[in-house]
Amino acid sequence: MERKSDNIFKRVDWPTIILFAMLAIMGWLAICGSTHSYIDSGFADFFNQGERSGKQAMWMGVSLLCSLILLCIPKLTYRNLSIIVFAATMLLGILTIFIADDTKGSGSWISFGSFKIQPAEFMKSATALMLAAFIGKREFKMSNNSDFLKAVGIILLPMLIIIAQKETGSALVYLALFLVLYREGMTGIFLLTGISAIVYFVVGIKFDSTIMEKLSISIGQYAPTVIIQIISISLVKFWCKDSRTFITLLATNASFTLLSYWVAIYLVEFNIMITQYLLLAFDVIYLLLQTRLQKEKKNLWVALYIVGAIAFNYSCSYVMQNVLQPHQKIRIEVLLGLKEDLSGAGYNVHQSKIAIGSGGVFGKGFLNGTQTKLKYVPEQDTDFIFCTIGEEQGFAGSAFVLTMFVIFILRIIHLAERQDDRFGRAYGYAVASIFFLHFTINVGMVLGLVPVIGIPLPFFSYGGSSFLGFSILLFIFLRIDADRSVNK
Amino acid sequence: MKDNSYESRKYILSGVILLVFITYLSQLYTLQINSDDYKSKADSNAFYKKTLYPSRGQMYDRNGELLVYNKPAYDITFIPREIKGVDTLELCNTLGISIEEFTQRMERVKNRKYNPGYSQYTEQVFMTQIPMEEFAVFQEKNFLFKGFYIRKRYIRQYNHGVAGVLFGDVGEVSQRHIDKDSYYQQGDYIGTQGLEASYEKQLRGEKGTEVLLRDAHGRIQGKYNNGTFDTPAVRGKNLTLSLDIELQMLGERLLQNKIGSIVAIEPETGEILCMVSSPSYDPALLTGRDRGKNHKELSKDKNKPLLNRAIMGTYPPGSTFKTSQAAMFLEEGVVTPQTAFPCSMGFVFNKFRLGCHAHSSPTALKEAIATSCNAYFCWGLHRMFSMSKYGGTKAAMNKWRDYMVSMGFGYTLGVDLPGEVRGMIPNAEYYTRHYGNYWRAVTVISISIGQGEVTLTPLQIANLGATIANRGRYIIPHIVKEVENDTIASKYLTPKSTMVSPSSYEEVIKGMRHAVIGGTCRAANIPGLEVCGKTGTAENKGNDHSVFLGFAPMNNPKIAVSVYVENGGFGAEYGVPIGALMIEKYLNGNLSEESEKKAESICNKKIYYGKEER
Repeated sequence: MERKSDNIFKRVDWPTIILFAMLAIMGWLAICGSTHSYIDSGFADFFNQGERSGKQAMWMGVSLLCSLILLCIPKLTYRNLSIIVFAATMLLGILTIFIADDTKGSGSWISFGSFKIQPAEFMKSATALMLAAFIGKREFKMSNNSDFLKAVGIILLPMLIIIAQKETGSALVYLALFLVLYREGMTGIFLLTGISAIVYFVVGIKFDSTIMEKLSISIGQYAPTVIIQIISISLVKFWCKDSRTFITLLATNASFTLLSYWVAIYLVEFNIMITQYLLLAFDVIYLLLQTRLQKEKKNLWVALYIVGAIAFNYSCSYVMQNVLQPHQKIRIEVLLGLKEDLSGAGYNVHQSKIAIGSGGVFGKGFLNGTQTKLKYVPEQDTDFIFCTIGEEQGFAGSAFVLTMFVIFILRIIHLAERQDDRFGRAYGYAVASIFFLHFTINVGMVLGLVPVIGIPLPFFSYGGSSFLGFSILLFIFLRIDADRSVNK
Repeated sequence: MKDNSYESRKYILSGVILLVFITYLSQLYTLQINSDDYKSKADSNAFYKKTLYPSRGQMYDRNGELLVYNKPAYDITFIPREIKGVDTLELCNTLGISIEEFTQRMERVKNRKYNPGYSQYTEQVFMTQIPMEEFAVFQEKNFLFKGFYIRKRYIRQYNHGVAGVLFGDVGEVSQRHIDKDSYYQQGDYIGTQGLEASYEKQLRGEKGTEVLLRDAHGRIQGKYNNGTFDTPAVRGKNLTLSLDIELQMLGERLLQNKIGSIVAIEPETGEILCMVSSPSYDPALLTGRDRGKNHKELSKDKNKPLLNRAIMGTYPPGSTFKTSQAAMFLEEGVVTPQTAFPCSMGFVFNKFRLGCHAHSSPTALKEAIATSCNAYFCWGLHRMFSMSKYGGTKAAMNKWRDYMVSMGFGYTLGVDLPGEVRGMIPNAEYYTRHYGNYWRAVTVISISIGQGEVTLTPLQIANLGATIANRGRYIIPHIVKEVENDTIASKYLTPKSTMVSPSSYEEVIKGMRHAVIGGTCRAANIPGLEVCGKTGTAENKGNDHSVFLGFAPMNNPKIAVSVYVENGGFGAEYGVPIGALMIEKYLNGNLSEESEKKAESICNKKIYYGKEER
């Protein structure tokens, strides 16, 4: 055993560790920058335990120690213990719901004397391990409905627990694990459904009250029907690979859509939505007919897609008006540019854009940011930490950080792909997906492209639990990767 | 076991990651490189540019007497976000306002219609121009009113309570001012009338700024960069006026209860020694918190105290105008000093008759000026218009017009006060428009005696006096003599010449001197001062206006003065005695005991003007 643990440092993937170290150091400097008071001009003691930078440094040390320990545990142990670890963390999560402190309306923290931890951060690694171990089983088949539903259950359980902890944002992270399922063979229809749902929602809500010129209907009503036509016809062509149906549908839809549009504008004004619905009804009937004639199931799915999309479109405005809470509704409206509420919901994002935008090409220099120092940006050292980088390091610095992050994630995917079993690969993808989702939502939010969802930027946002949680997630994978040839 | 049937999906997943990466990178590019907007927004976020207000330039009279200066006044401001636990009743009592007024003011501040710049985080003006006494009480209790602040401003203060229309007033800038000149910001002060308006640029000084760092809650965190970017406020330039404030005060006193004006000019320099417009008002009324109310009352007054009649009133000059005609006749060779015209109680031509009063006949120029003979000047104009050298009535008319314009009539003189009007000097086209082509000298004959279509401002009449005193030269009359560390406009230093030569003016002066010694202006004969003068009795719809034009001493004149008393009757009734008192006061420095009594009796005389708007 002694010789083996010596070996681990030779087998471990150093490029990933170097990327991790770079991100961690940049993250720590950003915390120094964002918590440094503008008025103290003297030398600041960033390692002072009274400062957030000092606390973070302490946690980084703890994380390093944990990582070293994790590197010493062999892959097989992880695989075998995954069910126990999963069960334990889930129980801790459930326990948290009842014993949590109430920190900023979130019930996800438990106190141990002077410091607090957030169990949800450790549930990610446990869930990723559990999912990978489940998928890694020899008898697992994605096409087997029971297996698939169990895998989905592994993802949904922690989500439900976290939602019960009133941390809806963190729960969203688990959706990233569907990317793992996709890589392991889940049908792409789920991803397509998810993405088109977002598109319909955004287009439908955003242009709901924009009236088309010369016609008395709104773009929000009309545009989705056209998008449905385009997507379904493309599906027929590229997914069903049914050229005859494709040509029939393309010809009818294109000609009638254009014709009715032209007639309505230049000849007689009439409600062109009628044509749209007639066309969609025709598409559905034709596809069902083809299903019967050709015995080709794929056409049926496309027909269902059309019906589902129309239903979704209608439910969107209903959800927007009747289901969403007022503050959620405002967040969505502000994001879509329907409302400009700079002192309310739009304030955070507006100030964050100002802070980043004021950085220019090379930034204002380390510790010289005014917007973040003067507390214009809320949560500047946690969720909005990227602002400090944008303001102090400018485009050069923030683009560098983005690039490092993407290289880091792609490197993990690369490592995942070189695994020799499904367990290793699935875990690798789980790690990459979780980092990717955090990255996408956090940076997107700061840049004003994604609604404000309070989740941290890995290795950058202040917070001991989250740094430790991400380190655990990563270093387990590094050990699994190091062991790949050992346990063939 | 390795199962790679879906390996190609790694490209799709990596593609999605790269897509997000590229989207974010382009958003970063848009925010940081492609737009300057965010930079300036960040600056206006973090840098609170505190305006330092300069004090306005002061005004002195020609003898160095302080006329207009500044007194600190205090604006009460507040930052809506910071108001916590303020006892409204206590605040109202301290400021001497009612609870209703408090609520009303608050609502007005928060109404974005009246106050587009309203923000929870920035300083809002609650009340302006709190006087020193109330301020002291407020400051003592300031700790009770969290979120309320005091901002030091200056308001005008006057030492003499006269010359309101000359000084003008200072008010808050309107949106129109801000649009025109980017120097101004909401809440700044600007001169709106009188000298305050015409010398605004010199008086206002330069605002300074102090760059402070402000956090998200609007709290000041200290000076930015140790004040490197601060600019101090530069106080406004002081003005030395050519006014003699004692003369001005005497003038305003003499015109009490009468409507009219007095203008005195130092002929050599064109400096205005006094410019009285009556009724007048105390300029202090238009400062401080009651400015709005007082301004409203003054502008409603039917006697229009806000109107500077000396430059905005146009009147028929009456017989004072004859001096200009005499000079022109001599110059054009229409008459010689010896030419005499008959006067049988007036000018009679065919069936036309223009009356005159009893005096010896025929008269030559000197006597005609002294007795103010209407017939002489009518004959003069008649002869001029029939002279063949002009080639017709119209050409003669325009020649006449040219002479008058060269004397400063018919157009604004260009005094350094806003609102001057031009008066009226008709030309040939004017008459042709009214009478067609068939008009003759007789048609327009009354212009020769300063009636008819001719109107002048009292300033133009005084300037006529200065021109005669200078024997044909004048400098555009002006009130500001010196601007601190600056020069006055060159047009106030360069003499202008009329079309009449000095020798012709000498003859006119002889006539004016004669009027004082043995003519219509005998009351102006002050021993030892060699006054020259000319009365005027201007006909109009109501009672005649009483007019006087004079200067003294005859040689090396120091003062030219015009007096115009609306509906004052004969020139000798008000015009002459007032003019004489003004001359005596200015040249002797004070009034003799006898003159003082005379002044007292003039002050007490009241002319009734009825209820009609004037």
